[in-house]
Amino acid sequence: MNNLIKHSARFILFLFIQIIILNEVPPLHQFITPYLYFIFLLWLPFGTKRITLTLLGFITGYTLDLFTNTPGLHAAACSLLGYFRPTILNLLLAQELSEEVNREPSIGSMGWGPYAFYVTSLTFLHHFYLVLLEWLQFGNFGYFLGKIIATTVISVLLIFIVELSMNRRKIKR
Amino acid sequence: MKNIIGFIRQNFTFLTFLILQIVSLGMLSSYNKTYETFFGGWSNQVTGNINKKYNGWSYYFNLRNTNAQLIAENAALRNQLGQNFSPIDSSKKLGTLVLRKDSLEKTRKFYYYPAKVVGNTFTLQKNYIIIERGSLQGVKKDMAAISPEGSIVGVVVEVNDNYSKIMSLLHRNSKVSAMLKRDKIAGSIEWDGADPSVLILKNISKSAAPKIGDSVLTSPYSSNFPSQLMVGKVTSILKDPSSNYLTLNVKSTTNFFNLEYIYLVENRRMAEQKNVEKNEPKNE
Repeated sequence: MNNLIKHSARFILFLFIQIIILNEVPPLHQFITPYLYFIFLLWLPFGTKRITLTLLGFITGYTLDLFTNTPGLHAAACSLLGYFRPTILNLLLAQELSEEVNREPSIGSMGWGPYAFYVTSLTFLHHFYLVLLEWLQFGNFGYFLGKIIATTVISVLLIFIVELSMNRRKIKR
Repeated sequence: MKNIIGFIRQNFTFLTFLILQIVSLGMLSSYNKTYETFFGGWSNQVTGNINKKYNGWSYYFNLRNTNAQLIAENAALRNQLGQNFSPIDSSKKLGTLVLRKDSLEKTRKFYYYPAKVVGNTFTLQKNYIIIERGSLQGVKKDMAAISPEGSIVGVVVEVNDNYSKIMSLLHRNSKVSAMLKRDKIAGSIEWDGADPSVLILKNISKSAAPKIGDSVLTSPYSSNFPSQLMVGKVTSILKDPSSNYLTLNVKSTTNFFNLEYIYLVENRRMAEQKNVEKNEPKNE
């Protein structure tokens, strides 16, 4: 129960940060749009089932889509992220840890290296798919490459800032 | 049959994933037609309400700008008041020949409605503006939107009871007829998805001699925008030797980052104009 409230609070908090702040900031450059809302999916407990993750991803993405008027765009990218999350976690972790329901991915539970790989690869996957869908509609290869790289770098930086400032190590134990 | 059920059970997760992907890609590709009619209605009411709540809060931070805008606009309107113009009295009484008829009402073509902006994006490839005014308050599809300073903003694409959606000029599919103020040569204003403060003026004939800093206005050919509205200023000229047309970069006058109020312009004769444009003469 406690977990449910915690995760719903995160869902709402990060969606609102995305809608109210990150989507409203005047863009620094045509390539840079920071994304933070999917951090909710990254922080779900280790043992969350693949199907739950996929469905939650779809819901998260679709909620954001309602606000940005791009039905399907973020929903597609987020359900992809949800689907591939267990694959990446299984690559990085021992069997027992990846089935634990009470602990969630963080620097404390995984260590710097694996956690950085986990965040970077999933962020890249999400942005790659998102920008690919945009690119298929408009075309321009330089835009495609530049945007994926710039957006991924900025988003990973943001995620680590949030990670370090929220100090989840205490809650984890 | 048993095999099929077994297959579905085994790959249930993957199949759900595939279905979700198909659903979202389907929504993405058929956005304008199906989505608008089925989901557009209720979801816009919901997000419109949330946007309105947020806007009520962020509104205070922009009060200074809004005030300055309103004062400037008031001054401009005051200057147009009829009492400010007094002709030198040379009139003669002409007897009963003069008809007492209000000719103004008959010739009015454009009608202006104010509307408050409650949602606005400019970081995506397809940007929309949500306003708190809908069909119950007289908004119709294809009405033009202009900023309080009189520069163009976009076109209404979707109308609900109390909220409407405007396709901003910062949209890949947006296209507005515009002309150079210097020699009245017309082209079309589009956006390439790169910089939200720079628009592209395409299809300008090479006989035009634009200079950097020239004003770009809306052309008289547009059916929804009144002519002579400000669009922006030319910042650079791209010459392509292989084509007969020039492409110009235009710095847009509208500041899309802090829109608070806009005006909707209704062309009372748009239906007629569109009809004439659409019909092909029979003897061709």
